[in-house]
Amino acid sequence: MLITQLKSKETIEALAKGKTVIINCHGCKEVYFPEQEAAELQKELSVGGNVTEIITRDYICNPDNLRFQLKKFEDKIKDADTVLVFSCGVGVQTVAAFLEDKKVFACCDTCPLPGFQGVTPLEFDCGQCGECYLNSTGGICPITACSKSLVNGQCGGAKNGRCEVNKDMECGWERIYRKLEKLGRLDTLKYEAKVRDYAKPFKESKDEG
Amino acid sequence: MMLTELFQRGEFVVTAEVGPPKGYHIEHLLHEAETYLKGHVHAVNVTDNQSSVMRLGSLATCKALKDKGLNPIFQMTCRDRNRIGLQSDILSAALFGIDNLLCLTGDHTTLGDNPQAKPVFDLDSVSLLHMLKKLESGEDMAGNPLEGEPPKFAKGAVVSPCSDSVDVQLAKMEAKVRAGAEYFQTQAVYEPEKFIKFMEKAKQFGVPVQLGIVIPKNVGMVKYMNANVAGISVPDSMIAELQADKEKTKAGITGVEISARLIKECKPYCQGVHIMALGWESKIPDILAKAGL
Repeated sequence: MLITQLKSKETIEALAKGKTVIINCHGCKEVYFPEQEAAELQKELSVGGNVTEIITRDYICNPDNLRFQLKKFEDKIKDADTVLVFSCGVGVQTVAAFLEDKKVFACCDTCPLPGFQGVTPLEFDCGQCGECYLNSTGGICPITACSKSLVNGQCGGAKNGRCEVNKDMECGWERIYRKLEKLGRLDTLKYEAKVRDYAKPFKESKDEG
Repeated sequence: MMLTELFQRGEFVVTAEVGPPKGYHIEHLLHEAETYLKGHVHAVNVTDNQSSVMRLGSLATCKALKDKGLNPIFQMTCRDRNRIGLQSDILSAALFGIDNLLCLTGDHTTLGDNPQAKPVFDLDSVSLLHMLKKLESGEDMAGNPLEGEPPKFAKGAVVSPCSDSVDVQLAKMEAKVRAGAEYFQTQAVYEPEKFIKFMEKAKQFGVPVQLGIVIPKNVGMVKYMNANVAGISVPDSMIAELQADKEKTKAGITGVEISARLIKECKPYCQGVHIMALGWESKIPDILAKAGL
């Protein structure tokens, strides 16, 4: 089981730049989604008139399903500057890969809940770190796309773009760099050293109950 | 003595590297260091379980070298210790008067001789530098105060100027500078033109860079590096040079000549040289003499 929590209102407001399309993922029985809080926040975001569409679907983590589900919103998405995704980390990565030329941002952090975990039938994986990094990495997860789960850039061990641990795997951080380069967002990498908080997911779930 | 003081004085800083043995007998290592490195180099790096192969510890070896009058550089990787272990070992280094550090992320455990080990990577090269700055300010990573005078180190890091993705390397170098890196040692360079181009971009960071040299021992070694070692590419012309006179190459003369030539060509563009001899420490005085250092 996963639990998704909304990022802070200030964080999400800062992400909603220009014409914005919102994608919600509901209905997955493996993920708890904060439906009511998300609806309230999206209502507030819509006041300024920049939110051009709110799409609510299920199982956006399935790329084929996502493609069909978004088909009728093609024009709105094409016209948008920003796509905000309210889903678990897998959903955000699937959208970011599908809309590869768009700024796609995560609005939730994903934490583990004890119990049976849903099967994700694709190469994206969510590490359930509880402090989602996808917004500073072009929608590519450094926790699961990097063999060492590094959060401050590549280790330098890749040769010809291939990971030192697994030659069949691309270096996750080279992928992140190229994606941000393509989006004109390399400045995103100029952040202070990030340090992971390993106590976080557990602290949160304890607070919950 | 801190490497940063030497750079500030405008010295062309020369360092070498030794790898601790797989065992605790270091008489041979100390003898080589006293014979070929003492008086020839400013400081000696001690690798930290290099290539994820379990060996004698870097810190203990640094202490033994210091007791013999050499100036050690304590290499630290993030593979084997979490932030508690790393911070504790840094305080231990300060106790021993070891004041040069080199911060690395580290190779993955699966590349070494204990591939079943758990890879730690609680921190990485950037957050390790960030943590050093915190310790120097008198508190640990979580903000708890240290007792007494805080430690002070020359904080080093690494970069690969001839990487196949040098733009990604430069972005990471910038992150390391922002986190507190005060000097850089590079991966082995065999193509001066690539290094010079790299330095044109790297000089904006205003941090001294030492050219990395791995003495080319033979054709097999350089072909292996070309195929397997990240950030290294040995040009065909150099492979041909090693092939031309097998006896000369075997005697180490070709490797010494190539190394000295690389240093001479790159010297105007950098602030020092770091020689990784990989067992050929005895050639270092000769290389330095031929390079005019």
